[in-house]
Amino acid sequence: MESIETMNFGAFARKKLNFLALFVLAALSLGALPYGAMAQEGAADPDAVAVEESAAEAPAFDYYGPEMIKGQPVGAEEDFVESMTFQPQFTDNGDYALWMHDAILMPIITVISLFVLGLLLWVVVRYNKRSNKVASRTSHNTLIEVIWTVIPVLILVVIAVPSITLLARQYQSPPEDALTIKANGYQWYWGYEYVDNGGFEVVSNMLSEEAALDAGEPHQLAVDNRMVVPVGVPIRIQTFGADVIHSFGIPSLWFKLDAVPGRINEKMLTITEPGIYYGQCMELCGARHGYMPIAIEARPLDEFNAWVQSQPGGMTRAQIEAQNAAPAVQDAESAEDAAEAGDTEAVEEAEAAEAAAEAA
Amino acid sequence: MATTAEGFDAHHEDHAHDHADHKPGFFARWFMSTNHKDIGTLYLIFAIIAGIVGGAISGAMRVELAQPGLQYLGTFVDMLGGDGTSFDQQGHMWNVLITAHGLIMVFFMVMPAMIGGFGNWFVPLMIGAPDMAFPRMNNISFWLTVAGFCSLLFSMFVPGGTGMGAGVGWTVYAPLSTSGSVGPAVDFAIFALHLAGAGSILGATNFITTIFNMRAPGMTLHKMPLFVWSVLVTAFLLLLALPVLAAAITMLLTDRNFGTTFFDPAGGGDPVLYQHLFWFFGHPEVYIMILPGFGMISQIVATFSKKPVFGYLGMAYAMVAIGVVGFIVWAHHMYTVGLDVNTKMYFTAATMVIAVPTGIKIFSWIATMWGGSIEFKSPMVWAMGFIFLFTVGGVTGVVLANGGIDDNLHDTYYVVAHFHYVLSLGAVTSMFAGWYYWFPKMFGRWHSEFLAHLHFWVFFVGVNVIFFPMHFLGLQGMARRYPDYTPAFAYWNEIATIGYMIMAVSIVIFFVNILYAIFFGKKPEANYWGEGATTLEWSLSSPPPFHQFETLPVIEEHHSADDHISPKPANA
Repeated sequence: MESIETMNFGAFARKKLNFLALFVLAALSLGALPYGAMAQEGAADPDAVAVEESAAEAPAFDYYGPEMIKGQPVGAEEDFVESMTFQPQFTDNGDYALWMHDAILMPIITVISLFVLGLLLWVVVRYNKRSNKVASRTSHNTLIEVIWTVIPVLILVVIAVPSITLLARQYQSPPEDALTIKANGYQWYWGYEYVDNGGFEVVSNMLSEEAALDAGEPHQLAVDNRMVVPVGVPIRIQTFGADVIHSFGIPSLWFKLDAVPGRINEKMLTITEPGIYYGQCMELCGARHGYMPIAIEARPLDEFNAWVQSQPGGMTRAQIEAQNAAPAVQDAESAEDAAEAGDTEAVEEAEAAEAAAEAA
Repeated sequence: MATTAEGFDAHHEDHAHDHADHKPGFFARWFMSTNHKDIGTLYLIFAIIAGIVGGAISGAMRVELAQPGLQYLGTFVDMLGGDGTSFDQQGHMWNVLITAHGLIMVFFMVMPAMIGGFGNWFVPLMIGAPDMAFPRMNNISFWLTVAGFCSLLFSMFVPGGTGMGAGVGWTVYAPLSTSGSVGPAVDFAIFALHLAGAGSILGATNFITTIFNMRAPGMTLHKMPLFVWSVLVTAFLLLLALPVLAAAITMLLTDRNFGTTFFDPAGGGDPVLYQHLFWFFGHPEVYIMILPGFGMISQIVATFSKKPVFGYLGMAYAMVAIGVVGFIVWAHHMYTVGLDVNTKMYFTAATMVIAVPTGIKIFSWIATMWGGSIEFKSPMVWAMGFIFLFTVGGVTGVVLANGGIDDNLHDTYYVVAHFHYVLSLGAVTSMFAGWYYWFPKMFGRWHSEFLAHLHFWVFFVGVNVIFFPMHFLGLQGMARRYPDYTPAFAYWNEIATIGYMIMAVSIVIFFVNILYAIFFGKKPEANYWGEGATTLEWSLSSPPPFHQFETLPVIEEHHSADDHISPKPANA
């Protein structure tokens, strides 16, 4: 928690120092941002009308501006101390891992290194030729040998317990109804396939330096179309490599999973705060390996659903279920029964089904 | 020499007799050599040349990374005859640089210097053998390595997909190295590994045979110097690991050229299979690079502390344990590839176990110094630098061993910092320690001790300034193998590049020191380090005669693992 607060301060400072003016510009033009930006431009910019016709039915969507950037590296000029540590974490497992690193691993490795350094310095001072003219002939001491075998073992056990715990947490299976989003690695861009929302794929390319600066975002990390995900609910991230191996890595979410041709890797991700989180391809994949960043935009569920509906072919799960449930009226009634039993999901379903029935 | 077999002539080794010093002509001596010392020298010269090439490449990388944006890659592309304005060719050039740097430093600098150079020179001398068991095979080992190096350099000038050269990383992961890299460059790079690997396998069999069969009478395994132990363990690692690499890269070749699909899912193969095979070799490989360094540090620390090595048997079997456990931890290089949870837990636990024997070694070196009467000659200063730097590299290894922590650090600069601390600052530091320890012995000329100390301090500062900030970059999430980065990473990258310049100065000092030795170096005596130097090479002249130990030395009852040359006590 402490680290998150520190980060918020850092993010606030960054915003204040660097990005506020740019944000105003960006909010006005939204030039580099994807579909929603197009829609807005369509209203404001007569030249864009032709482009907009195809997407005219899709409602506009407001993407986050740079003030919502939460997961990004910090330069030493901005915050010297923070530039030497992990990025702040926005998942529970990330918090746990960060705690394990900061509270267990770092103290242990620092103490060991300083201990060895201290022994070496002591040896230099005490056992140099002038201070100790005659060398001892000691070459065995069973007790000390047992000690320096057993104590490292104990230290490793201290590390192993939280380490295994962390692994177990990271490998928890997502609940059956978790939203599935597939991250496909291509040479050299990412495609985000919303398999539970109508199967549309968002193609995400890196922004040019100028476009990134215009948008007030960090160059090399900013993309044209972000991967929009819901916040606070478990997401089933699946990765797949379409040509060679890529790797889907986001430092501030403590998440990294290779995208391997011929297999689908899967891991649960639950983001705790709305915001923008940057990542990059983390497995050498050819000439533009360094130019296929990842930008995740985490939104509250209702905003995520709105975004889904703004996408061509995008449907919320409620809409899909309603579609599958035709004729819908009876289903809606039975769902209302379920709603009385307190099943909130069923309420959503029911409402969606009713809406669908009315539309029909 | 204390005692020798019957008929030994006490002056035989010191004064070159016709037979002992009969040297062939220049071409026959250096191109058709069967003499372990000459081959060792050839290996050292080769490693230095490869080190210059690999080091220059790392300089090219550091200058490019000094600032955000691409500044120099286009120039490098132009230099190799490509189109420097092409963005893809620039990106490819970067990948060629990282690939060449990794492969050259691993296969053509560290391994030839450690095993080929110091191993060839000092294993026969330390065990009291006239030469290696298979002198001609020794020669072909060396020339195969040279041929491999040529093949690798050649690969940089032929097409490799999006540009000239093999841009696949030293790990050569499929499918980037198969369907992802059209053109002959990757084939030449793979062939380079085949040749170097074959040379190393032959060398390993040679060392194993030599050490098992040609030890001086009385030198049991438990009386063998620790450097010889380290080379023995290393040779076994080579013998068991390299064939697996050979198989893996042969499968790459057939996937590339003959339509097999070992690593292609379209034909039922699996890219992850390649990673398992590669790292089954690759992890023992990192111990291959560091174990001979462990051995040298043990000799050096004992010599200058004027004490026997503390816990000799513990030290020897710690190396054996590291070698054995080193074979069962490979998948910690693959934590993010999609391993299941039990696999990841196992590899986390097994990897951490290696810290125990490594800790035994660190503490035993310190205990060897404890109570000693230490002379801080240059090899000792390098050795103490090694112990500290290797400790720092080792503890970050414990961090990375945790599969859950590695999820964030995998393939970031934290990993780059870690393995350069154990290799560039560990293995290379131990090589310089060995270099100054044995330089007068090998070449019969004193280096400048002042320059050797200066070399250490400039190198020590330089490499720490290069690599310590990389921990910060890695924690912040900067990915490996990137030619460009977001401006937030600029500060620490610039510091690292400054560190490279400092380190480069230290390499200049190293060469000046060689020149000093050539032009002004005094002739060293046989045992120039004095009472602490107790292994058999110190019983020979400096340099040793062209053929040594024509009459075998004998290790007597009163000798121990730490003393092979003291005369028999009078009252015994």
